Formats: sequence, C-alpha cells, structure tokens
Amino acid sequence: MKHLLSTQDLSARSALRLLDTAEEMAAVGEREIKKLPALRGRTVVNLFFEDSTRTRISFEAAAKRLSADVINFAAKGSSVSKGESLKDTAQTLEAMSADAVVIRHPASGAPARLAASGWIDAAVVNAGDGTHEHPTQALLDAFTLRRHWARIAGTPSAGTTLAGMKVLIVGDVLHSRVARSNVWLLTTLGAEVLLAGPPTLLPVGVGSWPCRVFYNLDDALAERPDAVMMLRLQAERMNAAFFPSTREYSRRWGFDDGRLALLDTMGLDDTVIMHPGPMNRGLEISSAAADSPRSTVLAQVRNGVSVRMAALYLLLSGDPQDDDAADGRADQDDPPATTPEGRTP
Amino acid sequence: MSHDTTPRPDDAGYLIRGASLLGGAPTDLLVRGGVIAALGPEAGRDAGTDAVTIEADGLVALPGMVDLHTHLREPGREDAETVETGSRAAALGGFTAIHAMANSSPVADTAGVVEQVYRLGLASGWVEVRPVGAVTVGLGGERLAELGAMAESRAGVRVFSDDGICVHDPVLMRRALEYVKAFDGVIAQHAQEPRLTEGAQMNEGDVSAVLGLTGWPAVAEESIIARDVLLAQHVGSRLHVCHVSTAGSVEIIRWAKARGIDVTAEVTPHHLLLTDELVRSYDPVYKVNPPLRTSDDVHALRAALADGTIDVVGTDHAPHPSEHKECEWAQAAMGMTGLETALSVVQHAMVETGLLDWEGFARVTSATPARIGRLAHQGRPLAVGEPANLILVDPAARWTVDPSTMATKGRNSPFRGLELPGRVRATFFGGHPTVLDGSLATPRPTPHSAPHGEQTGAQGGLQGGLQGGLQGGEAPAWNI
Repeated sequence: MKHLLSTQDLSARSALRLLDTAEEMAAVGEREIKKLPALRGRTVVNLFFEDSTRTRISFEAAAKRLSADVINFAAKGSSVSKGESLKDTAQTLEAMSADAVVIRHPASGAPARLAASGWIDAAVVNAGDGTHEHPTQALLDAFTLRRHWARIAGTPSAGTTLAGMKVLIVGDVLHSRVARSNVWLLTTLGAEVLLAGPPTLLPVGVGSWPCRVFYNLDDALAERPDAVMMLRLQAERMNAAFFPSTREYSRRWGFDDGRLALLDTMGLDDTVIMHPGPMNRGLEISSAAADSPRSTVLAQVRNGVSVRMAALYLLLSGDPQDDDAADGRADQDDPPATTPEGRTP
Repeated sequence: MSHDTTPRPDDAGYLIRGASLLGGAPTDLLVRGGVIAALGPEAGRDAGTDAVTIEADGLVALPGMVDLHTHLREPGREDAETVETGSRAAALGGFTAIHAMANSSPVADTAGVVEQVYRLGLASGWVEVRPVGAVTVGLGGERLAELGAMAESRAGVRVFSDDGICVHDPVLMRRALEYVKAFDGVIAQHAQEPRLTEGAQMNEGDVSAVLGLTGWPAVAEESIIARDVLLAQHVGSRLHVCHVSTAGSVEIIRWAKARGIDVTAEVTPHHLLLTDELVRSYDPVYKVNPPLRTSDDVHALRAALADGTIDVVGTDHAPHPSEHKECEWAQAAMGMTGLETALSVVQHAMVETGLLDWEGFARVTSATPARIGRLAHQGRPLAVGEPANLILVDPAARWTVDPSTMATKGRNSPFRGLELPGRVRATFFGGHPTVLDGSLATPRPTPHSAPHGEQTGAQGGLQGGLQGGLQGGEAPAWNI
C-alpha cells in the first residue's frame, strides 16, 4: 500500500491488516506513555484545504504518538482562490521532504490527483475529498463496529470480519464521503449495508451499489439493523429544494426519541447508533439518542486515532505483508479474503 | 531570390498516381490551377513534365475535411492557441476548412471581430478559417448580437453559436432562429439546460455516484434539443445541434427528422470512442462539455452517425494551456484537442467497425458540414473541374498519439498513448499542398497578393503567405 485514497480499492486483506494494526495501536493508547518510536525522523504534513479541526487533530495525535514530526498546513479555501495551484503546493511539500501528506480537500479526487500526478513522492492519505471518500472515517467506523460485533460474540476483535452484520446508513448519501467510504468498506468486510434517505439525497446510480435502498426510515429500521449510522445534514443543503423543511426532514429521517424507543420495543438491545460528527442535535439525531448508551460517538473519536496511527504506520514503515509486496507469491498464512475483491458495481 | 524565373509548382500541377478515390479503384488525379484538372488516364497525359508526381499507391483520396466546431482561442487566449497554430493542426489533420467558435476574448459578436479572425485565417493560409458569430452579445444570453452585420461582413458568417453556453431563453432562441433566415444562417446550439447542470462535472450516472462528482444529466441536453427542434419547426428555421452526446438526444433528433424538421446534428470524435469510465482516474484530460457518457451512448451515437440521424463529425477542438489541466478535476477547464486525431478516431470507430465506408466518411466529415456552413467550394465531389480541396490518407498506417509532437498548442489530448489507424499523407487546400509526406509543407499563398516564386521552401512560403495576407488579403480564401 503506497497511498490510502479510497476504500473502494481496498482489498479485504488490506482492510483487515489496517484494522488489526489499529488494535495494536489502541493498546498503546492505554499505556501510561502513549508513544511509539516507529516513525521517528519522518515528517507528516497535514494539508487541509478545508476546515476540519476534528480530523486534523486526530491525524496530528496519531502521527505524534508514532513520534513523527508533524507540520500543519492550513490552506483554507480553494487553491485557485489562494493563487497557488495544488501542484505548486505539493512540490513545496516535496521540497520540504514530507514523507506523508494527509490531505483534506473540497474537490473530489484531489488526493488521487496528488498521488498519480508525479508531483510528489510522499505517501498520500485522503482525509476527506469533496463528496467522494473519507477512508479513515470508514476505517474507524468499521473498527468500532468490529469491536462491538466481537464483544457480542465474545470473541477477540482482531482478525474478525463484519460477516452477518447489518448496518443502516441514514441521510444525505448524495453529498456524503463518509457514506461512500462506508458502503465499500463495510461490504468488503462482509457486512450488509442498507441506505435510507430522501430520494433527492441519494445519488442517481445508487442502484448499482451493493446495498438496499429505503426511502422510509421506519421501513429500514424494521429490517432490524445492528447499527444505525446517522449522517450529518450540511447547512447548504437546507435551502436547495432537496427537502421542504428541516422539520420535515427531521420527522421523516431524523433519529428522534420515538425511534430510539422503537429499538427497545423491537428488542434490538445490541443495536448501536453512530454519527461521524459534528452532530446537528435535534435535526438528524436527538440529544437523547446521541447521549444514550447505544451511542458510539465518543468511541468513534477515540478509535480514530488508533486507525490513523495504523494507516500512517503501514504506509511509512513498509508493511511486510503488503499486498503489492506479496504479489506473485502464494502466502499460505494469510487469511482468505472474506468477500470477493473488485466488487465495483 | 528570383521572382519571375522560378515556376510555381501549383501552376505546373501535381500528378497524384494511383490514389483510391473514396476507397474505390486506384486512379490518377491531376491537381492544377486550384482545381482537379483531370482524372484517370487523362491525368497523366495532361500533366506537363514539370508537374510534381505524388505516388499515392495504397492511399485513399477524400475531400478535405470541414470542421464546424473548432476553438482557435484568438483573439484573447493566444497562450492556448492561435489561428496560425490551430490551422496548422487542422491541415495536418486533413482539414481544408474550419469554423472558429465565437468564444474568444473579445467575443466574436461583431463584424469587426469576425473579420479579424477571418483575416488571420487568410494570412495563415493553411486552411480556410470561417468565423462563427456569437448569437448574443458577449455570449450573455440576453440580447441578440448584430447577426446581420456579421453575415454581411467580409467574413460572410453563416453559422452562429454561443457554444459553451446554451441559448437557454426560449424567446431569444426563437428570435435567433427566425432572424438568421434572412441570410440563410443557422443557429448551432450548445444544448445544456443551465439549471440542471449547475456545478456539473461529469455525466450523471453510476460513475458519478461513486466518484462524488456533480452530475451532468442527459436530460439537460435532451430537454433543450426537444424544445429547439419544436421551435425550429414552428418558425420554419434551420437548427444545428452541436456535439450530441446521449442516446436520448439521438432519439429526439430522429423523431424531428422524421417529422421533416430542418435539423442537423453533430458528434465529436471523442464521444464516438470514450466513456465516463475514464473519469475514474480524475485526470482532467477527460473533462469536457458535454461530458463523456456511457458505452450505451457511444454505440447509439455511432449508429446514428451511420444511419444519418447525426449528420456530421465536429471536433470541438478545445486547446488549453497545461496549467488549466494540471489541477484538481473540479477546477480544470473543460475541453480536449481533436483536430489532429479526428480522422484516425473516426476511422477507428466508424470505418473499421464497418459502420461507414470512405464515401460515408467523406459525407460526414466534408460534404455535409460544408453544406451546413454554406461553403459551396468545400466538400465537393472528387470530379474534374471541382476545387482541389482534398486529402490523401494512408488507412493502413498505425500510430501512437503523442500530444507533445502536435502542431496545436494544446497538449490536452484524451487519446494520448492510444494506437490509432490512419494518417493524413497530404492535404491540398485550393490546389496547394499544405501537407506533404505527412508533414506540414507550405501555406497556400494568398491569391492576388503573394509575389510569384515566394514559396521556395517552408520558411519562404510561410513568410510569403503571412505578408501577402496582411498586406492585401481581401481576396476570399476560396477565390481560386
């Protein structure tokens, strides 16, 4: 693995390797000295063309726990409005000997462009690009789900997949990079993914995705999901005729107190409620749901650091079990992939 | 340099030996005095001893290609292309006439600007450059430009387009369609409903759903075409639809033609070959407007071009400086170069698939576009007495596209690295070879102004053409 750009091109084996490594990293976080020397002398640049304090500090904490040097480069606004092109910014970072560039960008595909252009040799980590993907968010969601799934089964988390799990993703799928990354990763790991949202906020072409689509949230909940992931509703969608009003949206697709109670009524004791944050309390999720014991919101934040440590570690330390390195060799010890690869719709 | 003693090769003529006319039996042609002077055995007999002989064994002779849709960028963006570089690319690509789109800076919306472009074309001398006039002032979509003044200018504009921007106001479109009837003009519409395509980045479908790029839905094109063919029917006008890109548009145009509506349609080479799957790379070289569509669309477009529903191939040659493509997808400019690959792509997609023979190729790349643009002297049959606008093509040649070696300033070819069939070996523009042996030769001297004997070499010929054009380029390019 040279870059981490999307979960769509992530094999089940690579995904499990990342999650298993993240388990080891999580153990570090529980020690008194939460630091490994693994990336000492290496430089990680957080290149953020879009504000995201949460994601940036998570990557920063991850890099620092691995003893890497961290440079935060906040290039707010588009590169064009700044007057400097992505190419020039990339080459500047290259000249500063960046080993990894963690990029957040409002344009879909900007990290892929950076990785494929030849402008830079550093490993590229996509920290969210436009409405395309946010692979580390999906990895931390999968990590959180896997721990939950393993705890129910009474098995260790490491090595297990999400086979048999049913995950419902609710809201603005059209504009959500979190939803896209989760659809690919969770299905790769064996989970069944359901989508629910207003038809205006589901992309044309969603029919070819490996998931079932519901326009009615209660119909989707009747499928008895093991996890419900509520997506953030962006403010700029609220006045663009995607739905009549925020109140109607909230009634039809919000995870409100009634639906929280419904989970109890249905006997879904082990169903968790997820949110990538930041939450619009009272809009897509009620406060009671967000603060309930079912909520994994804070666990997701905590797990984010472990997953990002794993990503940086595997990208920069030369993973011996790399897919690429293993090419052409029959590696008997490797666990078989749990789902077929290349499930591109 | 002696002026009067050196004989002009154009006067002595060119004896083309053994060319296959439109893919038929090998024949000799004598090109002399700007026309096809003789065909068959008479060509050899009539040729003087000083005629230049061109061995054309294995080559196909075709009428020079006519492009209804070229962006030459001059005036305004000479860093992207100039009339000179664009028309060189055109000659190399087998064109003898191109239509320069109006979206220059300033916009070609007055007689002054269209005459400037026209004169630059004359001065270049590689192909006939016919300016397209803007439909609305500044492409603003609010007020009609002075269409009559452009039509009556020396540029003799017949094709009007706000290309790049749709004339979306239905009243304005109706008036434009009506108005140009006065001088046999045609409105070439860029069919794109603006509200349905706000921020649009690529075809809306399975691929855009995965890539998270804002979709450009087929319905945004089809709804405008449907409206426009009905408007054209209502006012009895001629409509040309630029760069048709969807299967649904084909159905609407087929329906309109069946009803007798005077509509013609164009398809680009890239829409005949490439699909939106290429966008998965996020490489902006594949960013174009209208966007690359699906393989179902590609096959519908090919079938439509073969059965005449789509009338012509237009390149939509759109060169951009590299910095407009070396960036994020969303910030990149839309457009692809096409003049130097059009013949090969159409051969690959249409001829080698058996959908068109060379006669059909000549129809869609030359005869019909010339008729739509009202260029009486272009796209003519290869017959004695006809203007010698013709090309010699080696259909067996195979070549790999390398944008860095092209004559256009644009390096944004989506066919980069692709092996394609067919190469232009020679281009005759008004009886003068602008391309010989597959390379640029000399521009055609401007009639009545270039002194005799100027074109003794590539440089001399270029200078002669430029000076002649600037000094006294009043004679129309087709005045042969």
